[in-house]
Amino acid sequence: MSKIFAVAGVVIRELYRRKDFYVLFILTVLITLLMASVHFFHDDRIVRFVKEMCLILIWLSALVIAVTTAARQIPMERENRTIFPLLAKPIARWQVLLGKYLGCWLASGAALVVFYVFFAAVSASREHSLPLASYFQALWLHWQMLGIVIALTILGSVALSPAANVTIVFIISLGILFMGKYLNMVAQRMTGPSGTLLSALYFAIPHLEFFDVRILIIHGWTTPIPWADVLLATIYGFAYSAFFLAAACLVFRRKALN
Amino acid sequence: MRRARLALLLLLVICFTLAVCLQPRLAARDAAGQDSENTLALLLGDGRQMMADRLLGKADAYFHSGKYPSIFEQNAAPEENHMAAAASGHEDHDEDHDEHEALPPAHDWIEAFGRHFIPTKHVHLEGGNEREMLPWLRLSIELDPKEIQTYLTTAYFLGDRLGKWDEAEQLLREGLKANPNSPNLLNALAHAEFESRHDLARARNIWSIALHRWHDVEEPKPEKTETGEGQRNMFLLEEILGGLVKVELAAGHLDKALEYMKILKANAAHPEGVQRQIDALQAKINAGAGQTK
Repeated sequence: MSKIFAVAGVVIRELYRRKDFYVLFILTVLITLLMASVHFFHDDRIVRFVKEMCLILIWLSALVIAVTTAARQIPMERENRTIFPLLAKPIARWQVLLGKYLGCWLASGAALVVFYVFFAAVSASREHSLPLASYFQALWLHWQMLGIVIALTILGSVALSPAANVTIVFIISLGILFMGKYLNMVAQRMTGPSGTLLSALYFAIPHLEFFDVRILIIHGWTTPIPWADVLLATIYGFAYSAFFLAAACLVFRRKALN
Repeated sequence: MRRARLALLLLLVICFTLAVCLQPRLAARDAAGQDSENTLALLLGDGRQMMADRLLGKADAYFHSGKYPSIFEQNAAPEENHMAAAASGHEDHDEDHDEHEALPPAHDWIEAFGRHFIPTKHVHLEGGNEREMLPWLRLSIELDPKEIQTYLTTAYFLGDRLGKWDEAEQLLREGLKANPNSPNLLNALAHAEFESRHDLARARNIWSIALHRWHDVEEPKPEKTETGEGQRNMFLLEEILGGLVKVELAAGHLDKALEYMKILKANAAHPEGVQRQIDALQAKINAGAGQTK
């Protein structure tokens, strides 16, 4: 376990040395403050619009940080040829992958905390209330969603080129977020094998929309989601992350590194 | 070297000539105030109206605090735009709330579980929170300034629900600039003058113009069409005449109010209700005449 944490530590240090997070955070802050300064019909108490814009930026930024960080881990090690000295140490390939995954996931979590603290500050300055439980649930579920996406990206990084991997993961993630829950509804209106295939796809994909509770916090549904449901969603997220990581380990185990 | 200098000079002259030719045209376009609209039209084309519709839908979703059907669900069970219905005074959908409360049974466990993470209760914004819809309504107007219903909905929420009559009036005047002959906008503007400033003379004038415009715009239309689209807007005529009756009653011109009521009765969907009001007003006039004698 200590080997996995050692690899993860390197990934976390890499994130705060790189400029990606800082640039995205500053952009999020600037755009949100700009949005907050716009007054529609001379009303300065409008808050949901600002919250929505801020959360969209947070979701986009977090997705970019998670995918780009995870996608470059293995290819960069191979390109720089640092993978050889790393694997020469008493560490298994699956431990390297797991360490990379854990590092990316923890680093994304740390970035999310900063983003959500900013969001809570903006929201509280306008609404004069701070539903901490709801914000914590939103952050937690968002983090679980990133866990699935990072695992998928790690799988892609051992099978595809970095550019193809990033593009495909973005398309899949955004596609599932926007369309995932409607696939079965569309499948029911289709006839023949295409309907069956779409229905099978609906049950097979990880439903990332479970983790998107933006609408609840934008519109001030302050009653927290039952904790049992949050726990179930977390288990669901872990299961998919484990599946993608296991697949990545299987591919990486037999992968030629040079 | 000399040839290069001459070529450079020639290019400079061409640039200057083009600038002199184009600048007045650009200035004229700016003065007409169409610059931003044209830029948007150029960038988005007819997609502007589609985007404006989406933003109006977004405002309606805000009106329901986030509980709103997606395009897939809308196709499955068409739902009216409650926000626009509230603005036009058709608020009888409130009676259907119990129907909306009960969600249709989930098709599978994924849909059932997903419902724990989205709003499932049907509510409407109230108590000043209607302001949250304003950014989307403003953006929708910016994208499609020809859509009269968006002005009416926004003005209703600004004036009647939030008490921002000045902003409502300003918006309606902006709408009239983009849609000069709209009896709908004139009716809303007269309503704003009557309710906010109690300026009876101005409200009467605007309602009278609205009545003329109604005859110009609506009368040539067929009384009924199969889909209901493009048919004569009798409800608007009732509203305009009702407004004129209100103004005349407030001004104490009972005879004039009675005159408008009679026209209203001839065009009303429920003439018996108007007749009762006519009888009451007639009795009042008679009583007043008796007292004078």
